[in-house]
Amino acid sequence: MTILDKVTALLGEGAVLEAGTDRVPRVAPGSPDAVALLLGTAHQEGWRVRIEGAGTWLQSDAPADLALTTRRLDRVPAIEPSDLTATAEAGIGLDQLRQQLADRGAWLAIDPPGLAGRTLGSVVATATAGPLRHGFGPIKDHLLGVTFVTGDGRMVQSGGRVMKNVAGYDLTRLQAGGFGAFGVIVLVHLRLRTLPRADITYVLEGAREDLTQVGEDIAAAGLTPAALELVSPALARRERWVLAVRLAGSPALVAADEAGLGAASGGGRFTPLRAEEAHAFWMRLAEGFAVRPVTFRIGGVPTASDELLDLLQHQLGDEWISASPAAGAIRWTGDASIDRLQRLRRTLAGLEVPLTLERAPWPQRGAVGHFGAYREGVGPLVAGLRRTFDPGGALVVATEGT
Amino acid sequence: MFPTLARDLAAIVGETHLRQARAERVTYSMDGLPTHRRVPDLVVLPGSREEVIAVVRLLAALGVPFVPRGAGTGLSGGALADEGSVLLVLTRLNRILEIDKNNRRAVVEPGVVNAKLGAAAKPHGLQYAPDPSSQSACTIGGNVAENAGGPHCLKYGVTANHILALEVLLADGSLVELGSPGGEPGGGGPDLVGVFVGSEGNFGVATKITVRLTPLPRAIRTLLADFSSIRTAGEAVSAIIAAGIVPAALEMMDQSCICAVEDSVYAAGYPRDAAAILLVELDGRDTGAVEAEADAVADLLRKAGARSVRTAASEAERERLWQGRKKAFGAMGRLSRDLVVQDAVVPRSALPHVLDTISTIAKNYGLVVSNVFHAGDGNLHPNISFDATNPTLKHSVEVASAEIMATCIAAGGTITGEHGVGIDKLRYMPLIFDAESLGAMLAVRRVFDPDERVNPGKVVPLHACREWVSARPRAVA
Ligand SMILES: Cc1cc2nc3c(=O)[nH]c(=O)nc-3n(C[C@H](O)[C@H](O)[C@H](O)COP(=O)(O)OP(=O)(O)OC[C@H]3O[C@@H](n4cnc5c(N)ncnc54)[C@H](O)[C@@H]3O)c2cc1C
Repeated sequence: MTILDKVTALLGEGAVLEAGTDRVPRVAPGSPDAVALLLGTAHQEGWRVRIEGAGTWLQSDAPADLALTTRRLDRVPAIEPSDLTATAEAGIGLDQLRQQLADRGAWLAIDPPGLAGRTLGSVVATATAGPLRHGFGPIKDHLLGVTFVTGDGRMVQSGGRVMKNVAGYDLTRLQAGGFGAFGVIVLVHLRLRTLPRADITYVLEGAREDLTQVGEDIAAAGLTPAALELVSPALARRERWVLAVRLAGSPALVAADEAGLGAASGGGRFTPLRAEEAHAFWMRLAEGFAVRPVTFRIGGVPTASDELLDLLQHQLGDEWISASPAAGAIRWTGDASIDRLQRLRRTLAGLEVPLTLERAPWPQRGAVGHFGAYREGVGPLVAGLRRTFDPGGALVVATEGT
Repeated sequence: MFPTLARDLAAIVGETHLRQARAERVTYSMDGLPTHRRVPDLVVLPGSREEVIAVVRLLAALGVPFVPRGAGTGLSGGALADEGSVLLVLTRLNRILEIDKNNRRAVVEPGVVNAKLGAAAKPHGLQYAPDPSSQSACTIGGNVAENAGGPHCLKYGVTANHILALEVLLADGSLVELGSPGGEPGGGGPDLVGVFVGSEGNFGVATKITVRLTPLPRAIRTLLADFSSIRTAGEAVSAIIAAGIVPAALEMMDQSCICAVEDSVYAAGYPRDAAAILLVELDGRDTGAVEAEADAVADLLRKAGARSVRTAASEAERERLWQGRKKAFGAMGRLSRDLVVQDAVVPRSALPHVLDTISTIAKNYGLVVSNVFHAGDGNLHPNISFDATNPTLKHSVEVASAEIMATCIAAGGTITGEHGVGIDKLRYMPLIFDAESLGAMLAVRRVFDPDERVNPGKVVPLHACREWVSARPRAVA
């Protein structure tokens, strides 16, 4: 029997999708239990499995015997607007989820880079936060719990669906940013907010250094924007760098911050975007990171933002870049060789600034790894966790390079 | 225990910082929970990071189990050491190493008291937001280990949301650096800081902690609303949450707790005849915006059935209102000889129903249960006052506690929101996690501590775990 025959016998014909261009059989389990069954079998048979969501973010090119896509895990078992929580399967597209939540007046305050149909599971697994991180924190802060399936087919729940929870160790945070190396996320419990009643975006164009200063002034003035993002001209499709400020919340709060914004703008003038312009601006920015071959993020302390932007400009160019200076987070996209990426990671490690390779074709990804240049003692822990959650190495993930 | 151990420990920390006499060790036989008691074999109080490392490496060489301890205010029996274990008290590591105003962060030793860090940040216009009610005593190391919360965590998030990086000493004596100064996982890998926070001393000793500071709010409004039934107070909480307003704090106290406070030196002027009060705080940068939100909240409270809503007119009045809340556990201590502070979480919309059921359970067992809790998060603290020398009562307390936990679980909640599992809640763990998930937790613990030597016997009930294999390449200490 071929692998495909075995999978068909196991999960039924409906689970087998058309293979991609690399001819790797693609399987879409229809339930968390089916994921467990498939991975349990893969572990026993020695199959190597790569995990895919909608295939819009990470390139579907890892060498594997089988591609497991979560796209049929697209149910939303619970939305509780009065508790501001929801439970969704990992394969639901973020755009669909957002719509279902909005229909109930609820909001998941994350805006990760990528195309609209990107799956929830891929956002959680890669912990790719977007500009809203400034006001609402990293992806992990939006998670109440997850259920995941390990590389040998065990189903594990962690956390729960209430706002606070310290029962047992926090394995949810292990999965957020684990890139699937510690299991396949199948179900996510989310913390929501109510849809902001006021939501407005202002932009200011100028030289990068001047805008960074304005950003610092805004933070120092104690304003609480939802997003404060510095965007390169090419990504913003403007002549010059753009500082975009998104204010979202109650009308009173937004009005107060609007007034404060004028005072902190260093003589420049912020212009408000119309609602549809603002929508298009943020969407373009998110999509801009999903089209070029390589995307990575780095995270330093806020005061190092300028220096880090200089370093990136010097080593790789700063055409496609966006930064949340007050959060110390910078995202870069473009093309970069293995050698350059490795060199950059080493240089940054010396500054205690981690580089996470978010997307890259397999040759780069496999060689550079999503993670690497760990701080003291971390390597053995990550290796131990990897062995614990995927003892047979069934999950093909470019954790730390080859 | 090893005959030379005491001598070797004394050589590291000095005679005066080693407790050997039973009378001295008994002082460390409890934490904040009166129902568990264990006397450690030895108590060692190192005075520096280097001494901690030397102590842990000595214990590793001999294979002796040990338990890290902060101020001992924990409420789940987490910082208790059995015979055969050494208690490693970290309160002498109490230096604030750095406050970086521009990047809004601080680096501290684990024994720094929570309120001291707050006081040190204040002149910079900053605060360390997590504010457990025990903040004048508990340590940042203990907060990290328990993932402590507090009234203002509703808006600002719990300890886990405020830890950027950790230096951790593993049980084998090797040091690891988790996280990074900017808060991203160090090396971009999985969020090991997040995994360590809340691990209750089972993954190693936090020896250096980098925390996030946040700007002190410039405008604050504190409201006190009182209700003629607990149920309506619970409904008011739901109304505020559903309206999309995120108060800085949203706390509830029931009548029994109100009276205990009013009878104590912390009397705050709460109305004794109210079935429940809500303490709601709004804060922010802009006075106008905060006032507008406070007005909206006052409106919601009245609509939900509040008998009256009053705003603190001065900073002194605000402090008094908060003092009553923060010292409520202490005040309740006067109600009887012993007090069990319980901790559970339910979906916020389930509060009215769950509070009703808890009061029925109390009635059924003839117990005094007082509620004071973080209502905005659905984090309940039903506290039972009793006399532990009466075995019948003690038994009733145990059975009632179990019923309360079962009620919270049935409502979709969990067995602890901030006090941890420790030894006290081991028995409830299988009610919310299956054998596979418990096994996974144990396996992760073994990655950090293969011999289960640091704080053994806590958090995960071993008998309830399915078998897992975990392995960590051993590091050379
Ligand atoms: C009156 C009162 C009010 C309270 N209010 C709150 C509240 O509002 N919110 C809340 O969350 N809690 C509250 N608590 C519980 C308690 O204060 C917290 O759990 C606190 O975080 C414990 O800190 P500690 O320094 O006393 O730790 P300890 O009790 O000494 O230890 C607690 C746990 O932490 C571990 N530990 C300590 N230091 C370290 C370290 N450096 N590295 C690794 N592990 C370590 C110990 O092994 C133990 O498992 C309250 C307690 C009391 C008595």
